[in-house]
Amino acid sequence: MTTDIAPDPAVEESHDDHGEYHQDMTFQPRANRIGLWMFIFSECFLFAAFLSARYYSTGTFRPEELNQLLALILTMVLLVSSISAYLAEVSIKYNHRRNFKLFTIVTILLGFVFLAGVVVELTEAIHHYPPGTPYGTSYFMLIGLHAFHVVSGIGALFIVLFLGFRGHFGSSDYWGVEGVVKYWHFVDLAWVIIYPTLYLF
Amino acid sequence: MKYVFRASVLAFIGYVVGIWLTVAIRGGSPTDEVAVVFGFILALIGWLGGIGGIEAFGRQWMGKKPKTSPEKGWTRYFEFSIDHKVIGIQYGVTFISVLLIGGIGAMLMRIELASAGQGILDLDDFNKVVSMHGILMVAVAVAGILGAFGNYIIPIQVGAADMAFPRLNALAFWLVPPVAIGLLGAPFLGSFNAGWTAYAPLSVTNDSGQILFNLAIITFGLSSILGGINVLVTVITMRAPGMTWGRLPIFTWAGVAASLLSFCVTQFFAAALILVTMDRVAGTAFFGPDVGTGLLYEHIFWFYSHPAVYIMVLPGFGVILELVPTFARKPLFAYKAAVIGMLTIVGLSVVVWAHHMFTSGMADFLHGPFMILTEAISIPTGLVFLSIIGTLWMGRLWFRTPLLLAFGWLFNFLIGGITGIFLADVATDIHLHDTYYVVAHFHYTIVGGSIFGLLAAAFYWFPKITGRMYNERLGQIFAVWVTVMFNFTFIPLFWVGINGMNRRVGDYPEAFEGANRFASISALILGASFLLFVGNLVYSAIKGPKAGPNPWNSRTLEWQISSPPPQHNFTSQPRIVGHPYDYGVEGSRYVVFDEPGSSVSDAPEEVHA
Repeated sequence: MTTDIAPDPAVEESHDDHGEYHQDMTFQPRANRIGLWMFIFSECFLFAAFLSARYYSTGTFRPEELNQLLALILTMVLLVSSISAYLAEVSIKYNHRRNFKLFTIVTILLGFVFLAGVVVELTEAIHHYPPGTPYGTSYFMLIGLHAFHVVSGIGALFIVLFLGFRGHFGSSDYWGVEGVVKYWHFVDLAWVIIYPTLYLF
Repeated sequence: MKYVFRASVLAFIGYVVGIWLTVAIRGGSPTDEVAVVFGFILALIGWLGGIGGIEAFGRQWMGKKPKTSPEKGWTRYFEFSIDHKVIGIQYGVTFISVLLIGGIGAMLMRIELASAGQGILDLDDFNKVVSMHGILMVAVAVAGILGAFGNYIIPIQVGAADMAFPRLNALAFWLVPPVAIGLLGAPFLGSFNAGWTAYAPLSVTNDSGQILFNLAIITFGLSSILGGINVLVTVITMRAPGMTWGRLPIFTWAGVAASLLSFCVTQFFAAALILVTMDRVAGTAFFGPDVGTGLLYEHIFWFYSHPAVYIMVLPGFGVILELVPTFARKPLFAYKAAVIGMLTIVGLSVVVWAHHMFTSGMADFLHGPFMILTEAISIPTGLVFLSIIGTLWMGRLWFRTPLLLAFGWLFNFLIGGITGIFLADVATDIHLHDTYYVVAHFHYTIVGGSIFGLLAAAFYWFPKITGRMYNERLGQIFAVWVTVMFNFTFIPLFWVGINGMNRRVGDYPEAFEGANRFASISALILGASFLLFVGNLVYSAIKGPKAGPNPWNSRTLEWQISSPPPQHNFTSQPRIVGHPYDYGVEGSRYVVFDEPGSSVSDAPEEVHA
């Protein structure tokens, strides 16, 4: 798993070649992985700050008007999108390019479905508990923060898809896919914590 | 210069377009805070696009080959260069400029405080100057050493050609100029008067300059996080063969410790300011008077900002620990204890934040635990002191400017630490809270711990970075001048603080006039010393005598290569075979260089003393 990934071509070529000593570049795949995990860990702190703000200011209070059914459907959509993202990663690992593109497209579509649901959710919410109320403040902030991450995740998936159609990635060089899919799982996991915080407790 | 010009033009266009679009869609006036937010975001994108930052990443995303950055010429300092040495110098020059600008604010404050009653500033302007001075200096202290010397020295000390993520490194630097411009541009929108702490609810209701403060500091947080991750990944993955964690130079250890903190907790400052921004522009009510509470802001803010003081001083510890063995010509005493001390500080620092809030009205049962935990931090800090003093003890001290500044550091930080005990203690803190005692205490710790470290580092690594030697006589005069005048400035403030003089107020009872006037005159002389510092270094960088590769006879890796270092730092593979600080140990070696073309097995695995 750690040895079958070629070094990032961008970093290799940024060092010119005069035939002298060069640092061994085999560290790069490991560095990419550790760097991404650190970024995700750092993001956890951001979500932790927002979640603690919610619990601090309103405890576990939630209003009656919440659209529980919609939220449950959205949760399912996002969880399923995590499976399709995983399938996309596995497909490129075994060089099934068709499946890789297919599952990436499915993931993007599910992401858009989720976003559409969030828009419906927020337009309902603004009538019942607008951002000036105790619950509405935390609600809009957490949903907004998460939706922002979903949007950036979809953007990254689009780049992966674009590069996939251009013929990039392969069984020995799929860090780009792997990184984006890990980020997508993280966005998913964040929702798994935000959903009960806002809807269930 | 072409790229900086392009970036400035695009940033300006972005700002105007952002405001115009917001006004066109939403209506309202162009100085509305919503418009400023979108203007700032588009300006930031324009700036990064103009400097070449978006291109550096985007080319790869579009499946194209990346551009290479230039290797020679002074213009590369004004470009999106991915060379860590260029970035280190960029950080260094930027932060020393910010230090001088922040210093002007300090001088204004001391002139106002030289006499009781109203002087050159009215009370609200005084608060704005306090806030500007505070946030600029905090930025210098947080990222000065780590940005400049962390970037320049750490990759060389671990034997790497560059950072693990060179483009991310460049991005982290080029996020900093917009921060400075945003903060210094805040007076055009009425400035901010909520202090660098930006406590809500004042920061929700004050002038619109606060919104620029929030946006700038959120951007700065992003830069810190990216920089911290980069340092950590570099040290974890790119160490030279033979460099175990126990052979890591101590400055690199300090960089690791500070980065561990900065990449985690910085998110909390960003979160606090995002919440304030949303309260101002989006109608949420986290800190509003009706729904939310300012106490929430204080908790989130201090969860970042107490660890932040360790992000400031840990690199300072590293600098002093690094240079003391060199100038005492002795092995570093208790290397392991110093490392354990620094890592323990990292752990403890995230569980002490509420000692800033003893008078805030939080639950009483929190007072005791936070007091005990805070006082416990003196134990690992003591280990670092033990290491420094144990190294100096019985050494053959070589009194050069860096060592003199290290002595200044030692004295000042000791005063800062001892006076801190009374602020950690609940009973005395109730009396001392929000007085000049606190001001004097944190200036002793932050200036004493971080800025003195920055100055010592600047002299210590100056010959390596520029290849030339600074003027030793002027350096020593500066070291004594800055240490003495710093103490003359802040010792009187302990006295007025204990007697009840409030901080953040531009006026005071006449009984404190003598002490304040003494502090003000000392402060002006202290400020003047920085002209000598800058003059010495700038002149020596151009005209100074050649320094040679290793003027201090130091053992760590950065001194084993030419000054300034070659393009990719090393011309042959370094192998680490011993401990970095075994000065005077018979027959000890730290590093051997492979001859180009030789095989690995030729190099000796271990050379014992």
